[in-house]
Amino acid sequence: MSTTSVLGGVVRRKEDPALIRGEGLYVDDIKLPGELAAAFVRSPFAHARISSIDVSAAIAMDGVHAVYTADDVRHLGPVLAQVAVGTLRPPLADGAVHHIGEAVAMVVADDRYIAQDAVDAIFVDYDPLPAVVDLKAAAADEIQAHEGVSNVLLAWSGQDWWPGVTDELPDAKPAIEEAKARDDTVTVSLEMVNQRLIPTAIEPRAVLANWHAGYGSFELWSSTQIPHALAGAIAKIFGLPSNKVRVVAPEVGGGFGLKLNIYPDEILCCFASKELGRPVRWTETRREAPASSIQGRGWVGTATIVGTRDGRILGYELDAICDMGAYSQNFTVAIPLLGLFVAPGQYDIPTAYTLTCVVTNTPTTDAYRGAGRPEAAYYLERIIDRYAREIGMDPAEVRKKNFWQPDQFPATTAVGLTMDSGNYAANLDALLEKVDYEGLKARRDAARAEGRLVGIGLSSYVEVCGFGPSALAGLGFSWSEYGQPAAFNGSGVVRVNPDGSCTVIIGTGPSGQGHETTWAQIVSDQLGIELDQIEVLHGDTAESPFGVGTFGSRSLAVDGTATYEASARVKDKAAAIAAHLLEAAPEDIRFADGGAHVAGSPDKTVSWPEIATSAYQPHTLPDGMEGGLESTAVFSPGNATWPFGSHLALVEVDPDTGNVEILEYWAMDDCGNVVNPMIVDGQIHGGIAQGIGQAMFEAAIYDDDGNLLSSSLMDYPIPTAADLPSFRLDRTTTPTDVNPLGVKGIGEAGTIGSAQTIVNAVVDALAPLGVEHVDMPLRPRNVWQAINGARG
Amino acid sequence: MYPRKFDYTAPRTIADAVAALAGDEGAKVMAGGMSLLPLMKMRLLSPATIVDIGRIDGLDRIEDRGDHIAVGALVRHAETAASDLVQTHAPALARAASLTGDVQVRNKGTTCGSLAHADIAADQTAAVIALGATMVATGPGGTREIAAADFFVDTLTSALAPDEILTEVRIPKGGSGSAYDKLGRRGGRSDYAVAGAAAWVDKTNGSITAARVAVTGVGTKPMLVEAVGAALVGTDGSPEAIAAAAEHATEGVTLLEDLYGSEEYKAHLAKVYAARALTEALGG
Repeated sequence: MSTTSVLGGVVRRKEDPALIRGEGLYVDDIKLPGELAAAFVRSPFAHARISSIDVSAAIAMDGVHAVYTADDVRHLGPVLAQVAVGTLRPPLADGAVHHIGEAVAMVVADDRYIAQDAVDAIFVDYDPLPAVVDLKAAAADEIQAHEGVSNVLLAWSGQDWWPGVTDELPDAKPAIEEAKARDDTVTVSLEMVNQRLIPTAIEPRAVLANWHAGYGSFELWSSTQIPHALAGAIAKIFGLPSNKVRVVAPEVGGGFGLKLNIYPDEILCCFASKELGRPVRWTETRREAPASSIQGRGWVGTATIVGTRDGRILGYELDAICDMGAYSQNFTVAIPLLGLFVAPGQYDIPTAYTLTCVVTNTPTTDAYRGAGRPEAAYYLERIIDRYAREIGMDPAEVRKKNFWQPDQFPATTAVGLTMDSGNYAANLDALLEKVDYEGLKARRDAARAEGRLVGIGLSSYVEVCGFGPSALAGLGFSWSEYGQPAAFNGSGVVRVNPDGSCTVIIGTGPSGQGHETTWAQIVSDQLGIELDQIEVLHGDTAESPFGVGTFGSRSLAVDGTATYEASARVKDKAAAIAAHLLEAAPEDIRFADGGAHVAGSPDKTVSWPEIATSAYQPHTLPDGMEGGLESTAVFSPGNATWPFGSHLALVEVDPDTGNVEILEYWAMDDCGNVVNPMIVDGQIHGGIAQGIGQAMFEAAIYDDDGNLLSSSLMDYPIPTAADLPSFRLDRTTTPTDVNPLGVKGIGEAGTIGSAQTIVNAVVDALAPLGVEHVDMPLRPRNVWQAINGARG
Repeated sequence: MYPRKFDYTAPRTIADAVAALAGDEGAKVMAGGMSLLPLMKMRLLSPATIVDIGRIDGLDRIEDRGDHIAVGALVRHAETAASDLVQTHAPALARAASLTGDVQVRNKGTTCGSLAHADIAADQTAAVIALGATMVATGPGGTREIAAADFFVDTLTSALAPDEILTEVRIPKGGSGSAYDKLGRRGGRSDYAVAGAAAWVDKTNGSITAARVAVTGVGTKPMLVEAVGAALVGTDGSPEAIAAAAEHATEGVTLLEDLYGSEEYKAHLAKVYAARALTEALGG
């Protein structure tokens, strides 16, 4: 990279002025003439048969255009899942409901107020059935979430999940059992809950569908992370070629995985638009969002470590039951699998695991920021802390003793996957030096001597992201059922326009991450075109190259690389044109300051508008050169990327109330090369906030009948900036060779590293009382109960 | 989040507002709307008419009336919190107002609106009880005064008749100090009160001559716990005396469990925050 590179520089986000002023266009800002509004009747029961639905009063209301039930839409088929294990979701409940809030009927009316009034006028006769919510009860199959169907979908164990991709690995179990039986080893176990969460994007989901009868085509605006997959789904369902469906994801106000799904409401709005010949809109209300979108996490499991008394871990076991909810949606059963990919963390340790996926009468779980990886990191890093305490060793020392060493990379882990690069001990040492670890421990011990409950929590983590290798398609990780077989390729178009400005069109899209700035930096660095002359377009399937979407911290590593390669090709062609115009050799052309010049002759220059004008007037080009100045690139990486890091927190617990105060929070992350440090820091900030949200505040709480007790933001507290400390961030840089940019991904790292950092700190604070574990969320009541329990 | 159809009227005088309420059984008063509108959007409440008192002159003032201060029906939480008069004569109320809702709510919602709403986990309810405030209700027959301690009847239920408006709250001057503290649902003091307590004390010549403690968030309504004040009167207000008095903090309270606390925990917190509020009120 040249010394004038904008890569690695703090560049203010191009997109922010519009977003901050409220001038960005979200789905709800886009208005079509004649549009109708949809609303849904939702189940008040978690499990019930539907005996009858009386829509007569609703359909008779002024302004109501249609009421649809399962009979009207059954032919559309269930919503397909990428990993099609378990019961798929019908577009509207068909004969029975299986979770609270499941859509039973759809009203389409002149406006949303009328539609809601009509919803209130629809009478559904339910015959309630026993519901299953508790994961152990679900695994025991005593009550079935779907009548006559086992709750147990599958159990991930061994390497059977990656046929033909990994080598056959020996079963770690016998060696672990042998280690446990030895006299000189210690075995520690903890049963822990990684509770269900409600993703809660600031912009709820929103859909606007418009059938063009004259053209036989759909236009669909949706607040989605996957516009191309959605276009494929709509095309397949309505028997159209995919080029007859245009999906636009305009500004998206937070995704976090909840918009990484194809939802029945998207299909139903298209259906209704086609039936009624009018555009049909549905915007999710905050009230219905907890059950009309996916939820995340929801594991109960036991982590076990056997190791020597001097800190060498001889085996790690994870045995968990994972909550899938009522229906398999997009990834659903694959989320625990993503956790398995990083089950052994940063450690070279034998690992055995069983993750049992069970169905319950609750909304579907699917990807939520981190998606399996925060759960995996939580169990591992909590039990390592427990082990360190058991053998009386510093938790940082135990971690270092078991890390993969830099010279072992690429490292094939105990689950059979190969990690690209890592320098774990150096990263942890950098963190410990930054926080003055010894001084911090002294500060904690001095506070303890005064009777205060102060604790230090540490967690290391490794993430797998940047999906990824095309072979993942073999595992079902693609929307092939919807005629979208592309696995996790990235794509990008770089076009220099006749006036010398540059349009970049990408196959991924932001939901707040700052793609427009980051991608402009990549292209500007290559071509020397000023950032404000580069426009980055995204999210419109009519104009963008086929793209998989934004999820799994993949955009920069995969689609960013495609754009990098496309701009390199444009640069090569532009160099040839400039050389022709300047009567020089192409290899002597340098790009800077808005144009090209000849190396060593800075006065022999040609501007981008001059190069571009020539490109679009082929008679001025070298003989045989094709006109135009653009390139499309597709990038398929050979591996995922493996970011890592360590986080550390200092907390104080109020012994009288159980209130936890985070005094300090440090993060030392390593996501390879960094394009924009400010954007990377922002991603870490948000990720940590969501991890702390899980650690301290959030929980989707159901009663035994499957009623969601935490169904509003009054009962589901999410952290605000005022509830969080100022995070102190730093990073180490260990590039990957999986892509030429050397970048890994940072969207989820903060979430993966943080929850257990807080819990470890609180348990450390309570350790003098003999507390070994407190389940999340660490609300004051739970911490106080632990204190009270320990004090007897 | 789409309310049922309703009528809307914005009278210019209190008399017109009262008339609008009296003539319509399904009418509800709206000041800032921060409690009413969410209930309507969730269709938990569907008034036939909203009587918006926001355009009535003279209700947006905090006044010094000699022996008391008066907070009008349109005074926003943020104004209550920032008021020199309130900070000087009723620090418990200023503090409670500063801990109500979030910035947007404090800039829009009103102190009297929150009191009339009578949420069991609100902050300023406990403060006005401990301060011995008088609530002034205006109805078709004129105004009547209701002691704050008698104002909160049950969950979301005040002593106001359907055709009455809480036009102001009067807080007597006097006493040596008052304070409010709470544990919030998001930990610290953030969000609705898991438990909170307000205290007012009068200390003369080293001895507590009068004391009132009210608790919120822990039971079916915010309420005065007379036993705490009674136990403190006559003592020197020492930490030991405070701790002993605070032990009475749940006497007469019907505890209510929620997602944030069991009855046992709420009872414990009532005592902790009674002691904290008393300590602060005594300048500790």
